[in-house]
Amino acid sequence: MLTLNPNGLYCEAGDFYIDPWRGVSRAVITHAHSDHARFGSERYLSHHLTTPVLKHRLGENLSVQSLEYNESTTINGVMVSLHPAGHIPGSSQVRIEHRGEVWVVTGDYKLEHDGISTPFEPVQCDTFISECTFGLPIYRWEAQQEVFRQIDSWWRENKAAGRASVLTCYSLGKAQRILANVNRDIGEVFAHGAIVYTTEVLRRAGLPLPSLTKVSREIERDRYPGSLILVPPSVIGTSWMNRLEPASVATASGWMLIRGMKKRRGGDRGFVLSDHADFPGLLSAIKESGASRVLLTHGYTAPLARYLNETGYSAGELKTEFLGEGE
Amino acid sequence: MKLFAALLTSLAESSKVNEKIEQIVHYLTDAPPGDRGAALFLLCGGKLPRVISSREMREWVSEETEIPLWLLEESYQVVGDLAETLTLLITTDSDRTLYSLSECVTELGRLRGKGGEERRSFITEFWRNSNRETRFLLHKLLTGGFRIGVSRAVVIKALAKYSGRDEALLAHRLIGRSSPEEFSPEVLFQPEDGPSVTPYPFFLASPLEGAPSELGEISEWQCEWKWDGIRGQLLNRGVGVSLWSRGEELLNESFPEFQALSDLLPKDTVIDGEVVITLGGAIAPFSVLQKRITRRKITQKILNDLPAQFLAYDLLELGGADLRSSPLVERRRRLEQLIQGSSLLQVSPLVSCSSWDELQTLRSKAPTIPAEGVMIKRLSSPYRSGRRRGDWWKWKIDPFTVDGVLVYAQKGHGRRADIYSDYTFAVWGEDGQLVPFAKAYSGLTDEEMKEVDSFIKENIKERFGPVRTVNPVLVFEIAFDGIQQSKRHRSGVALRFPRIKRFRRDKPAAEADSLATLIALMRTST
Repeated sequence: MLTLNPNGLYCEAGDFYIDPWRGVSRAVITHAHSDHARFGSERYLSHHLTTPVLKHRLGENLSVQSLEYNESTTINGVMVSLHPAGHIPGSSQVRIEHRGEVWVVTGDYKLEHDGISTPFEPVQCDTFISECTFGLPIYRWEAQQEVFRQIDSWWRENKAAGRASVLTCYSLGKAQRILANVNRDIGEVFAHGAIVYTTEVLRRAGLPLPSLTKVSREIERDRYPGSLILVPPSVIGTSWMNRLEPASVATASGWMLIRGMKKRRGGDRGFVLSDHADFPGLLSAIKESGASRVLLTHGYTAPLARYLNETGYSAGELKTEFLGEGE
Repeated sequence: MKLFAALLTSLAESSKVNEKIEQIVHYLTDAPPGDRGAALFLLCGGKLPRVISSREMREWVSEETEIPLWLLEESYQVVGDLAETLTLLITTDSDRTLYSLSECVTELGRLRGKGGEERRSFITEFWRNSNRETRFLLHKLLTGGFRIGVSRAVVIKALAKYSGRDEALLAHRLIGRSSPEEFSPEVLFQPEDGPSVTPYPFFLASPLEGAPSELGEISEWQCEWKWDGIRGQLLNRGVGVSLWSRGEELLNESFPEFQALSDLLPKDTVIDGEVVITLGGAIAPFSVLQKRITRRKITQKILNDLPAQFLAYDLLELGGADLRSSPLVERRRRLEQLIQGSSLLQVSPLVSCSSWDELQTLRSKAPTIPAEGVMIKRLSSPYRSGRRRGDWWKWKIDPFTVDGVLVYAQKGHGRRADIYSDYTFAVWGEDGQLVPFAKAYSGLTDEEMKEVDSFIKENIKERFGPVRTVNPVLVFEIAFDGIQQSKRHRSGVALRFPRIKRFRRDKPAAEADSLATLIALMRTST
């Protein structure tokens, strides 16, 4: 029902694409991260929490149809519905049904409840197209409660030492997850403009988040020591950071599990906090889908497919453009 | 054991030297007294017997976790560190620990030569009662190759702070120790009877990157050949001589002939210099010396065929007087007075020249000596310890270079675990096919490596295990120090110390060098 062509993952029966790489006539979007939501399509379909971010990023005049979770619509006779993926607010698995056959495309997902995204819900299907960014058995996450305990204690240590706690994270999803889960009694929370704007868009769309103060010239510099400052990875190493000194710089990402990567990203600390499913999470989601066939994309597709085939599934790789190595 | 494991984590996370020193001082203060020797031993790079092979560890982890071996290997390719990979694959997370650090070290010693079952039950019990941090520590102890990320200088500073003793004294005390017991503070701080039988900390030269004229007047400097031998200190304490390498190994067994010097040198004399092999009066290339040091047993025949010589270039102690703080010119004068040249011991000759230009000309003749280049030492310099910039420089000859095409890539290890950083290069053969000739992984900046990495990710042709074949497009200038004929390599040549000199963005692959160029280089260089 779905095939790959140079534009991306295509449904011929319904004449639409899911997260296409190039501009097409009709695009169903799993979530608003830039590697999934690209500019240039005529019409978009996405979850109602994804829509405002999509417009914020790709242009306010974008033609977007919104759906609620579990609400369905029909495109050229193909039934399309969106289901919670738990990756970031608004992130969706796309379920498509045509002539009695059901496929699910997960987009990015995680099973753990993060406090801001609607938790992942398994969807029964025949073919399950799953991401596998962390599809190796080395990847196993600790409960987020434990990770936030580590982040809070790092923040407290820095505050005691008169330093700012600068935490790098993606502007959409990770930043809001951190904002919602850290202990805000420890000190003030600031953020880089990119994160403040994205958070505002989500707040206006109805997500219950505290508001954030932007790092700017108007802020007295002596407010930064002792505070937590959320910044996108791109500002590290630029002069923008100077105003935050003295600071301890940390990164929150699943990749921080591996010491070599932690070192390479630099910074003083790495917190293992991911919005993707870990290895046990992937296996559990695959099992729960009840699918008779699994196709893998985004990540360690070859080893995970082999492992699934050896453990009784019928699995294969779905090659995606630009992401041959899954990084 | 948890405390030491936690120390290693914080050392790895900290990038500031002063923080690292503080962390070690804290550890030494808090640790159970019995653990401190083992900890210092490990921090100084000490290795334990490898009682469980990495193959056994792989297999046992695979069986315990039901992760197939091939998937374990895939994971290893991503992590780039076996000890860490196995740590992550085991899922238990327990707050208990079975051993203190010293108990664990003892236990590992006891397991030496024991059967598979006993060793396996030790490690599986350990796995069940450990968290990630302690498991990682054990795996590191077992697989060797422990890189903690602290230099000996940092350990010495911490130890000085902890004990209130002088750094230079501690640096000297640490030399030549090789077991956890010998590192325990009680033993380390024991007053010694008589002069030390261990060498002084070596003073190391820094590579000269700019032009020597930046060093000022040549009259303030002394120039020597840079030998391609084994750096060593020769100590005569009146009980036979000891020859110590820079790596703090006692080399007496490999070079028994130097014992004859015991009667020729005054008691309590320490000389710094280089061990070389002489053949028919000339200094042999390093490959000959290598033959000699790989021999287990030194027979009379080897002593005759490959005789060693010590080329002395500094005098650190004479008749019990420490000369290290006196200027080089003075030490050299005394050295020349002391040594009457013999086939065993010679003063390393000076390279006399009156201008930097002249030195450059002489340097280009280094391969005919044979030497690696020249040393430039400030006449007024004291004998310092460690690598301190400013007084001693090594100025090596320019290496050979050829332009090669990137054909294979592999991900690196450690901090390069997620990027393609290990490359294989090829030159054009006669039939128009690319022939791989060198592997290299150093010499690119982080920025360049990133650029090459993303090129590779978009240009992979095939996969063979961890190796990727890449579309042959990018050209690099490869530098190397020597070239030899080789039957083991498809190209028929083997390079010494190949490295990437420059990313030749300006050159298309078709203009890379040919195998014929390499063969011509080999003919002219030997």
